[in-house]
Amino acid sequence: MSIVYVLIPLGLALVGIGLWAFFWAVGNGQFDDLDSPGWTVLNDDERPKDEP
Amino acid sequence: MTRAGPPCFHCNEPIPPGIAIYARIGEVEQPVCCHGCKAVAEFITGAGLKDYYTYRDAAAARADETPRPDRWSAYDRPELVERLTRAEPGGARSITVLLEGMRCAACSWLADKALHLQSGVLDVSVNPATARARLVWDPAKVRLGDLLRVLEHVGLRPHPLAGEPAEQLAMLERRTALKRLAVAGFGMMQVMMFAVPLYIGESSGMDPGIRELLRLVSMLVSVPVAIYAGWPFYAGALQALRARSISMDVPVSIGIVLAFAASVWNAMRGHGEVYFDSVTMFVFFLALGRYVEMIARHRAGSVADALARLAPVTARRVRDGVIEDVQAMELAVGDELLVRTGEVFAADGTVADGTGRVDESMLTGESTAIAKEPGSRVHAGTQNLGAPLSVRVDAVADKTVLSGIVALLERAQAERPRLARAADRAAAWFLSRILIGAAVVFAAWWFVDPSRAFSATLAVLVVTCPCALSLATPAAIAAATSALARRGVLVAHSDALETLAKATHVLWDKTGTLTKGLIRVEEVRVLSDLTESECLSLALALERMSEHPIARAFLASGAGSTVAQRVEVVAGQGLEGTVGERRLRIGRPAFAAGLAPSPAAPDGLDGESWVGLGDARGLLAAFRLTDQLRPEAGECVASLRELGLDSEIVSGDEDAAVARIAARSRIERRESRLSPEAKLERLKTLQSGGAVVVAVGDGINDAPLLRGADVAIAMGRGSALAQTSADLILVRDSLDALPETVKLARRTQRVVRQNLAWSIVYNLAALPLAAFGLVPPWLAAIGMSLSSVAVVLNAMRLSRGTETGTGGGWSLQRPAEAA
Repeated sequence: MSIVYVLIPLGLALVGIGLWAFFWAVGNGQFDDLDSPGWTVLNDDERPKDEP
Repeated sequence: MTRAGPPCFHCNEPIPPGIAIYARIGEVEQPVCCHGCKAVAEFITGAGLKDYYTYRDAAAARADETPRPDRWSAYDRPELVERLTRAEPGGARSITVLLEGMRCAACSWLADKALHLQSGVLDVSVNPATARARLVWDPAKVRLGDLLRVLEHVGLRPHPLAGEPAEQLAMLERRTALKRLAVAGFGMMQVMMFAVPLYIGESSGMDPGIRELLRLVSMLVSVPVAIYAGWPFYAGALQALRARSISMDVPVSIGIVLAFAASVWNAMRGHGEVYFDSVTMFVFFLALGRYVEMIARHRAGSVADALARLAPVTARRVRDGVIEDVQAMELAVGDELLVRTGEVFAADGTVADGTGRVDESMLTGESTAIAKEPGSRVHAGTQNLGAPLSVRVDAVADKTVLSGIVALLERAQAERPRLARAADRAAAWFLSRILIGAAVVFAAWWFVDPSRAFSATLAVLVVTCPCALSLATPAAIAAATSALARRGVLVAHSDALETLAKATHVLWDKTGTLTKGLIRVEEVRVLSDLTESECLSLALALERMSEHPIARAFLASGAGSTVAQRVEVVAGQGLEGTVGERRLRIGRPAFAAGLAPSPAAPDGLDGESWVGLGDARGLLAAFRLTDQLRPEAGECVASLRELGLDSEIVSGDEDAAVARIAARSRIERRESRLSPEAKLERLKTLQSGGAVVVAVGDGINDAPLLRGADVAIAMGRGSALAQTSADLILVRDSLDALPETVKLARRTQRVVRQNLAWSIVYNLAALPLAAFGLVPPWLAAIGMSLSSVAVVLNAMRLSRGTETGTGGGWSLQRPAEAA
């Protein structure tokens, strides 16, 4: 059962890394707008004015 | 009413009979409802942005038929731009713009693309949730006025905002709430992982060292959840206690703090129960409910500060022939102001010199510019669109109409918290019972066995508080809120759902709520040998020269480019002018017939809704103008009646018009010619009779009514102020969702009651047994988890079922809203 003494700190460390990454993403504005960025993928035209 | 053919390509509204306007989209001619929509659709496709029509999932706002190019010229002036915008690195400027008519993500795509077509635009970020766009541009290459014009061309009406502190605060609040939610969520999952082995260990035995470790690690993980994620609840509770009241935060905080403190105590001393799993789950669900509510509130309230910024901070005062810039608060009654094109009036006043047009839409909701001449009244907060006006100040600061409406709002709001207080009283009652019960248990154990008194008391507090009081309600509210959001109903104040379930009356505003708020030509009665379209184009030729709202009806329906000559306005009667060789009159039927030598008495044409067109031979045609009833209104009223809600119209309009709409929407009771104060009065009368009143409105004149109502519902296209007063917002601007919402509110109440009943039954059964030491801890833990899971699963039932099919994420097809 001594493996538990390794696994628990490991799990906590992973959660810590996950939380840190999430905090960074929130602070970076990644969650400010969840709707429109998905749309930019759908239009594959580079710049409309480049079209003839 | 017959409605044949496809809806308008751009705005999806039905095309009125007799209209044949086509927009050229690629190689195909698409039918549109008016020239405004034609212009917008052709501009969009002409700029290569046709994909907008493929991607959008909500119809565009109906275009304004009367574009106002001069509206933005003021924003070309450097000194105004200087004042409104912020400096960015490299000489660029930035500004935040509120976009009216923003419906879906495709709209933001459209705004982004259209702006990037302009050279000199450095960055555009559009947020569809708040309808805000931040523009960064190079003033050397492009003018702000041009960018605003582009936005108006694609059908998104921009309102430039000076400064943005409120917006920044809202964003910070959102980010902090998201972080707290993440801490609570991660913490909850971790603690659960440790809680399961602990429960199993209780029954099948566990190494004491590992048990100790698991309990201490649970505590370690719970500390940030209880302190960081739970902080808003403690802050709210402290605030309430300082104000000598009890809010929902108080019992919640006591529950969290007691359960957490007891668990820490037990974990440190190494024996006794720990409740870290309950604490973290409790905090997570509460934080989730608050987060969902906050998002909806921000979306509804983001327009509020736009309104607050309407009145300008400075004004241009003319004194002894010298023009000086002064602070708006320095103005006094009698001062003379010079208000140039595009500027906002700083005070209420009377036009002393100049004629022009003023946009009063923020005050009245009427989007047509109002003509002003010497002697006309102008109001603070409205915008001058025409020539410069010289204005004598009549009222300043808190005496202006704008401030009056805001004051009325505040008063109605102050009288509002009656229900909130009732909810808090119930919570306080519940809390006091729990505290009394705990005290009784403590006292009883003190006499029986003092060593077990503390743990038994804690068991009572912890078992009662988290599950029964809290998880039951927030889980159901969160599920209902998200289910409603998918149906296009935004819940800004979640306690409104509870009230809506009990509602007995609905007060309707007429214009813009039961009707679409657009005057259209409904019927053409040809009284001569001309064709219908000839009559319409003659009428249009005359009305083109008029600023009257009636003119819009003809602009929307008429085709042709003829313009009448020598047009004279006969006040209160109509217009007279020459088209070609023919002298024509349009207006009240009797007036229109007046050019003929022996005016034939027009029969059956009352001046209320009929407009006549006549020449020297007599009446040529008569047009019936109506504000179109929303097609779904009658059905909505009928469904609400089936649900036991009585409808009543309260309107500021003339009785004849109100009666017609009442008859067609099958509403029996109506009150007409009511001022906003009288509407509020009517509401109070109903409420004092014990009625729970829902108010549905769209205009600024409805705002006091909405604030005073038990449940306020605003239309998605309504004025900004109406939306900030609302509990629910019908985003899709259709009444369809209303009966559904009432049903869902009632189902939510049922689920909440079921959840509470289940939790109470569980507690009543488990509590005495646990208190007498008859239930082994592992069984209590399983029972506790199962009861929580049952509560959450029961709440989840609200988010499915009775789907209307149009909701659910972004669909790639255009919604069939033609019905």
